[in-house]
Amino acid sequence: MRESKLWLLHLLAGAIIFFLLGLHMFIMHLDSILAWLGIGYREPIDAASVFARSRQAFFMVTYIILLGAALYHGLYGLKNIINEMNLSHVIEKVIAGVLTVSGLILFAYGAYTAIFIFVK
Amino acid sequence: MPDEKKLQTVQHKKNRLGIAGWVYGGRYGAERYAYTLHRITGLGILFYFILHIFATGSRIWGEAAWTRTMALFDSPVFKAGEFLVFIAFAYHALNGLRLLFTELGCWMGKPQRPVIPYKNAVRRQRPALVVLMIIALVIIILGGFDFYLLGE
Amino acid sequence: MNEDNQAGKTVPVIFQVLRYNPETDTTPRMQEFEVPVSKGMTVLDGLHWIKENLDGSLSWRSSCRMGVCGSCGMFINGYPRLACSNQILHLSEKRIVIKPLPNYEIIRDLVPDLEKFFRKHKSVKPYLIRRDIAEQNMPTGEYFQSPDELTRYIQFAYCIKCGLCLSACPTMATDEKFTGPQALAQAWRYNSDSRDEGCSERQKFVYDEQGVSKCHFAGTCSDVCPKGVDPSFAIQLLKKDIFLKTMRIKKDHAGATVLKTAREYIPQENIPNPPKPTV
Repeated sequence: MRESKLWLLHLLAGAIIFFLLGLHMFIMHLDSILAWLGIGYREPIDAASVFARSRQAFFMVTYIILLGAALYHGLYGLKNIINEMNLSHVIEKVIAGVLTVSGLILFAYGAYTAIFIFVK
Repeated sequence: MPDEKKLQTVQHKKNRLGIAGWVYGGRYGAERYAYTLHRITGLGILFYFILHIFATGSRIWGEAAWTRTMALFDSPVFKAGEFLVFIAFAYHALNGLRLLFTELGCWMGKPQRPVIPYKNAVRRQRPALVVLMIIALVIIILGGFDFYLLGE
Repeated sequence: MNEDNQAGKTVPVIFQVLRYNPETDTTPRMQEFEVPVSKGMTVLDGLHWIKENLDGSLSWRSSCRMGVCGSCGMFINGYPRLACSNQILHLSEKRIVIKPLPNYEIIRDLVPDLEKFFRKHKSVKPYLIRRDIAEQNMPTGEYFQSPDELTRYIQFAYCIKCGLCLSACPTMATDEKFTGPQALAQAWRYNSDSRDEGCSERQKFVYDEQGVSKCHFAGTCSDVCPKGVDPSFAIQLLKKDIFLKTMRIKKDHAGATVLKTAREYIPQENIPNPPKPTV
């Protein structure tokens, strides 16, 4: 049952990403279309705009949730693909361990950045 | 009488398709191609995402560092790469939405007695695939406008 | 076939067949035969014609020649099909390429090794599991099942174990350990049977690492199935089941009750009485 619970988390993370990354993509890449409608940020990639968003609690929290969900979804998906390559059980375990550790490190790094700028 | 030793050494020929079996859709249905693309775009987005974490991490050193990092990526090649990631995102998100619903048993009807000509659940959910792919295409076109016509 | 030949309407069709003799060959090779094809001939008829007239050493596995036994699964013109239920002229008027089913080891020519396939099938315990074993061994009545309950699984019970789905499955292309669409569909066939009580005993190969999480709904197993079993649908229903059980919306169902007495029977005009119950 353990594997199927991890798989359900993969689905849940996917659903979270669908909304949060959708929002992220709308703000970052459909900005001119949003600007027509009178919402969103002009020049979302400029330093001023980026830092203004980083200092809002909403964006800080959603960045961290998106970071965690996306890392889990992506790395679990990668693990699932590697598990289909008919490798030995030991190698599968080692790869799963490496992916878990690197995921945690990336999450810590990203979350630290988001919180550091929010607090500063 | 067959030579027993010879029979034992006779090997069956391995015939697994291997990775080619993931990529090559052959004469199978649209979902098989959707599966292949989902896998490729997923791996692409994961690769971009890890780079993205480090690139945006530069803002911890202040606004000047951010502007410098962004200047690094301000070339047509990177812009095209980003647009590719945007396409991958639009596809992966909308196909993923279909998978989310179908894997939870929606859009596929109920089990029925098999009557010729057989209809299967894959066919029953195919309209959803078509509609979602049209939405993905619209989003990609809007993104294209933003990337290449309206932006900057 | 002979009558059709005498009618004189035959089309020469090239059969390109994979040959592999494990005792002499190291790699498989393709061999071409020209077969006079008349209307209505199946691919299996074509192979029989080759064996009778051109090359007696050609091997394949077949039995019923009418799409029931599931022996003659082959990779015909790039698609896994039953040789007996596909007519040559419907596929091509020029060239038929026949290979053994991919994702299985080749024993000889067109004969795939289905041993692992049947092992997977057995691993999901494809039979009714009841807690009252004494009752199951020495039944005192029938298990009750309504027509609606039958419709819920009967589609998946039509599996003939031909193995086409495993050769269409992209996961099986690399993965030996995956339980596979056929076995998972059978797991669902018994899990969703109202008479069954064995959901928890089938977990190991269904819910764990080698089970449903390796299915990505490419849908090919359902497309190639010659009996309308729809394995990918069964797997998605298994996933839905896992979701509902994890969220505690649904519990394992209790097995159907044993009907000790026949239900009230109202005789109708012109319909003879049913035979006496046997158990």
